[in-house]
Amino acid sequence: MNEVLKKSAAEQSKALKNKEISAVELTNAAFERIEELDGKLGAFNSLTKETALKTAQKVDEKIAHGEELPLLAGVPLALKDNMNLKGSKTTASSKILENFVSPFNATVSEKLLNNLVPIVGKANLDEFAMGSSNENSAFKKVHNPWNLNKVPGGSSGGSAASVSSCEATLALGSDTGGSIRLPASFCGIVGMKPTYGRVSRYGLIAFASSLDQIGPFARTVEDAANLLEVISGHDPKDSTSLNLPVEHYAEDLNKDIKGMKVGVIKELMTEGLSDDVQKAMEKAIEDYKKLGAEIVEISLPKLKYSIGIYYILATAECSSNLARFDGVKYGYRTPDAKNLLEMYTKTRAEGFGPEVKRRIMLGTYALSSGYYDAYYKKAQQMRALVTQDFIEAFKKVDILISPTCPNTAFDLGAKSSDPLSMYLTDIATISANLAGIPGMSVPAGFDKDGMPIGLQILAPQLQEKKLFNAAHKFERANDYYLQLAKI
Amino acid sequence: MITIKDVEHVAKLARLELTEDEKELYTKQLGDVLKYVDQMNEVDTSNVKPMTQVIDFVNVMREDKVTYDLTKDELMANAPEVENGFFKVPKIN
Repeated sequence: MNEVLKKSAAEQSKALKNKEISAVELTNAAFERIEELDGKLGAFNSLTKETALKTAQKVDEKIAHGEELPLLAGVPLALKDNMNLKGSKTTASSKILENFVSPFNATVSEKLLNNLVPIVGKANLDEFAMGSSNENSAFKKVHNPWNLNKVPGGSSGGSAASVSSCEATLALGSDTGGSIRLPASFCGIVGMKPTYGRVSRYGLIAFASSLDQIGPFARTVEDAANLLEVISGHDPKDSTSLNLPVEHYAEDLNKDIKGMKVGVIKELMTEGLSDDVQKAMEKAIEDYKKLGAEIVEISLPKLKYSIGIYYILATAECSSNLARFDGVKYGYRTPDAKNLLEMYTKTRAEGFGPEVKRRIMLGTYALSSGYYDAYYKKAQQMRALVTQDFIEAFKKVDILISPTCPNTAFDLGAKSSDPLSMYLTDIATISANLAGIPGMSVPAGFDKDGMPIGLQILAPQLQEKKLFNAAHKFERANDYYLQLAKI
Repeated sequence: MITIKDVEHVAKLARLELTEDEKELYTKQLGDVLKYVDQMNEVDTSNVKPMTQVIDFVNVMREDKVTYDLTKDELMANAPEVENGFFKVPKIN
């Protein structure tokens, strides 16, 4: 592997400006790494070499003309394969979209291209972003770069594994219940879910529209902050996007956090934590104390209901969003249907995988006549109470911390036959989506087998700068972020 | 308790053809998940307004202007079957 791939995006940008390496060389180095490694890792569904090299050439022309480069220009990035990039296959890792070619760019793709960020490929995911282990991809499993027998986490497992293994320096994922933060934690990198509405979702294949949000993966907090700046902003094409100015998210990274009030979520510190995660959390609390923060214990009494609430609301929304896959306008169609109804039912039966069908079934049930009030409406009411818990908590503290997951990455296959046990993996992450608040996972050490542990940090809506500040200070108090998977 | 009959009804609503094995599996798995979800009933929510969104958006409007970002051919390029510029489907009955 070319050593330059191990550098952060900030360092790679510097190397490009100082002409230590050209953008085409850097992009080609990433492709060499992918070709050497990805057969074992499975992080990419497809590569977008032509687009990436064209972008890299533009960067080199700008450098040759002495022009100023846009933020993150020339830094190789992996795009989760549920975001449209014109001319590329966008499959959502589903058989139903196996041959779908994007006729347009998602807004995030447009912004990356404008900033001359080479998009090297489309990253594998759980089918339609539904899963916590990336084992639900219809094409292939993603393996964890730290141990190939373990899952990378999901649903943005390909995005996380590609950054963790230095196939890419940056990646985008989508987070509906933890799908950025969980794989970031399992793969030992930084993953961030912004405030709901901060990043346009135009061109993202919808899963659960009241929860979905696109966000960055990187190996440092600074890189994640810069990537968020590139992709944020109001978009008339997404009516849920916030019409607020984009901030310079890296601005306050080094700000002193003396006196910052850090809330430790009581409910996530006791039950079911593995010993090593427990120790890592105690160490994180000590680190924050040393940095001058004030530690406060915070209780979120309704948090324990969040998984139940989520699996009603998210599945209800997905049953509606996935109704569009009917074999008419795009995607797979069953070859031998006798009539229209049979075409629908067979197309969907053959095109969707087991987890997607399970969620469509659950969501349809929750919305069906006679059960709507007991499940859907009840879950919406409970969502209000979970959100209220956060509003109360943030009256007392600036940020909240917890483990991103009670355990480290589990073995491939360990939970795939028991959906409920898989769902419980998301206990720490899901509530942030219910409340629409920003959250991130930062490397916080390793367990006895050398698998990464993640610290989750949550902040009030639109307090991204504070979130990055608290995360950067913690990151730099340790050297976990400098340790790379030996692969 | 969710029964096989419920699963068959829901599958029909969701336009999903299920095998007998899938029906049995989903009856058990959906039952397990719903049992877990029923924890919500411990909490009295009779006076709580259902939350439909996290940011208070009200009627986001835009100008009703025609744009041509994509041609008809580009839009229909992914269709399984097209005839004379229309999507073609099997007969209804």
